[in-house]
Amino acid sequence: MGDTMISLRHVAKRFPGTRTPAVRDLSLDVDRGETVVLVGPSGCGKTTTMKMINRLIEPTSGTIEVDGTDVMAQDPVRLRRGMGYVIQSIGLMPHRTVAQNIATVPRLEGWDDARIDRRVRELAATLRLDEELLDRYPAELSGGQRQRVGVARALAVDPPVMLMDEPFAAVDPIVRAVLQDQFLDIQRRLRKTIVFVTHDIDEAIKMADRIAILNLGGVLEQHAPPEEILREPANAFVEEFVGAERGLKRLALIKVSEIDVDEGPVVSPEDDAEKARALIRDGGFGWVSVLEDGELLGWVDEAMLEGKARVSDATPRRFSAYVTAEDSLRQALDSIVTSRTNVAVVVTEGQRYRGILTLERVSREIVS
Amino acid sequence: MSFWNWEWVGTHLDLIGEKLGEHLWLTLLAVGFGLVVSFPLAILAHRRARTYPAITWVTGLLYTIPSLALFALLVPFTGLSTLTAEIGLVSYTLLILIRNAVTGLGGTPEDVKEAARAMGYSERGVLWRVELPLALPVIVAGIRIATVTTIGLVTVTALIGKGGLGALMLGGFRRLYPQIAILVGVALSVALAVAADRVLLWAQRALTPWARRTRSVTAT
Ligand SMILES: Nc1ncnc2c1ncn2[C@@H]1O[C@H](COP(=O)(O)OP(=O)(O)O)[C@@H](O)[C@H]1O
Ligand SMILES: [Mg+2]
Repeated sequence: MGDTMISLRHVAKRFPGTRTPAVRDLSLDVDRGETVVLVGPSGCGKTTTMKMINRLIEPTSGTIEVDGTDVMAQDPVRLRRGMGYVIQSIGLMPHRTVAQNIATVPRLEGWDDARIDRRVRELAATLRLDEELLDRYPAELSGGQRQRVGVARALAVDPPVMLMDEPFAAVDPIVRAVLQDQFLDIQRRLRKTIVFVTHDIDEAIKMADRIAILNLGGVLEQHAPPEEILREPANAFVEEFVGAERGLKRLALIKVSEIDVDEGPVVSPEDDAEKARALIRDGGFGWVSVLEDGELLGWVDEAMLEGKARVSDATPRRFSAYVTAEDSLRQALDSIVTSRTNVAVVVTEGQRYRGILTLERVSREIVS
Repeated sequence: MSFWNWEWVGTHLDLIGEKLGEHLWLTLLAVGFGLVVSFPLAILAHRRARTYPAITWVTGLLYTIPSLALFALLVPFTGLSTLTAEIGLVSYTLLILIRNAVTGLGGTPEDVKEAARAMGYSERGVLWRVELPLALPVIVAGIRIATVTTIGLVTVTALIGKGGLGALMLGGFRRLYPQIAILVGVALSVALAVAADRVLLWAQRALTPWARRTRSVTAT
């Protein structure tokens, strides 16, 4: 990582017959294996920028290099076969079956039938497309299935670069979330260099290694990882574009494992009930966790300890919800506000107790 | 002798078959040449939109000349020949064939073409592998109209000594044949038109299975 795969230098595009340029002067780098999401208001030049990379649109001035070679010095047909391309409307060929659509680029590249067949099945599996769909025509598929076919087609010859223009915008929010998760999963394995366009800041936050926020005329307002954009918006435009709930969105990006958790009031079953009562009174929670050799048994309060000599005489109640180190602070926050105990209990595999998160602790991360 | 002179029909099956064959042949030639002439013009109009008005103007003009007048104009140059008949017949197919082909070729959704280019199709590949197959239903619809129209027009060429089944009709009017020849000519040319239309429809369905199979869609 760290080496540049796609590099735009002072790129401008003025469409014939228009007064203002669609893209004025854009310089941007995309590292190898990185997902850069171009995000910005409608008409700011995201699509134009993306299409200049595979020369569907040719820049008026400036240079674009892919893997160190100027795209204008390459044959556009060869250039494009090395780049997967997914658009909102997908553009599947209505007269070809799903299998034939997925096989589009391998066929153009002259692969033999057996190899094509193997590759199509492999991609169908990767994108969780039923094999029985392979003989259907695009008109016989649901929106979500069509998007999967579009992604499979783009991945067919395993191109190092993927260009994706609002690829999941046409499907309903539930299907979209599933497609996003699946694509993230695929990308974790394949490590493509991806330029992903969206107008949806939440999708950008979810999909991006780095986000490039564009203003009208393709003006780059900020280019940074999502967490940094949420923490330190470069200017008023970015702040407004990122929108309300900036703090909450940031919490969704921070894992519980990344912050220190509070120890919380803890007793062991062998302890005197009196010690537990003292902790309950002074700890400020109204209850205390019961741990046996680091394993969380549950919690007890004063009523449950009534007339008991030892903690082990009472039956601890299980916490209704836990969070793990892999969960986000946003999930922890949800757990805090919905639990009766007003904390999120953090455990690792096998119910090993790590500590607790309180509203105060999580709030500190929002402002920091 | 009554109108229903079945005896004449029975003894002249050879003649009737010959005229039917001629009718079919004149039609096939006309539609075949019509396709040969119209296809490059349609491609040109599709590729260079500015040429389309001129092309429709000329073919539209040909289409509006009354067929009798056109044949009369041609006879001094090409005589009472098959060539004269075909020049006229082909002229009448052009407008329909070109118009349908241009409409069909222009009907490919923009996103499909863009995706095809982005996959690495050349411009020529987009035309032959994407636009043309997708235009087939509309192109074949044009061929069906042109064919049915031509089958009707062939009868007119009887006036210049051709005419297929039209010769039977004309012979009937001129009392060369009994009047039932008119009925036989009309009935067979209608039957031929219907049959040709069915065959072409069947061919179109066989060529474009994707255009029909649009099942209701299931969940993701
Ligand atoms: N082919 C074109 N001809 C003229 N203007 C165009 C063309 N394509 C895009 N534009 C203009 O360029 C600007 C940027 O468009 P686009 O890149 O599609 O924006 P975005 O994808 O961010 O919504 C818009 O003002 C749009 O109207
Ligand atoms: Mg766009």
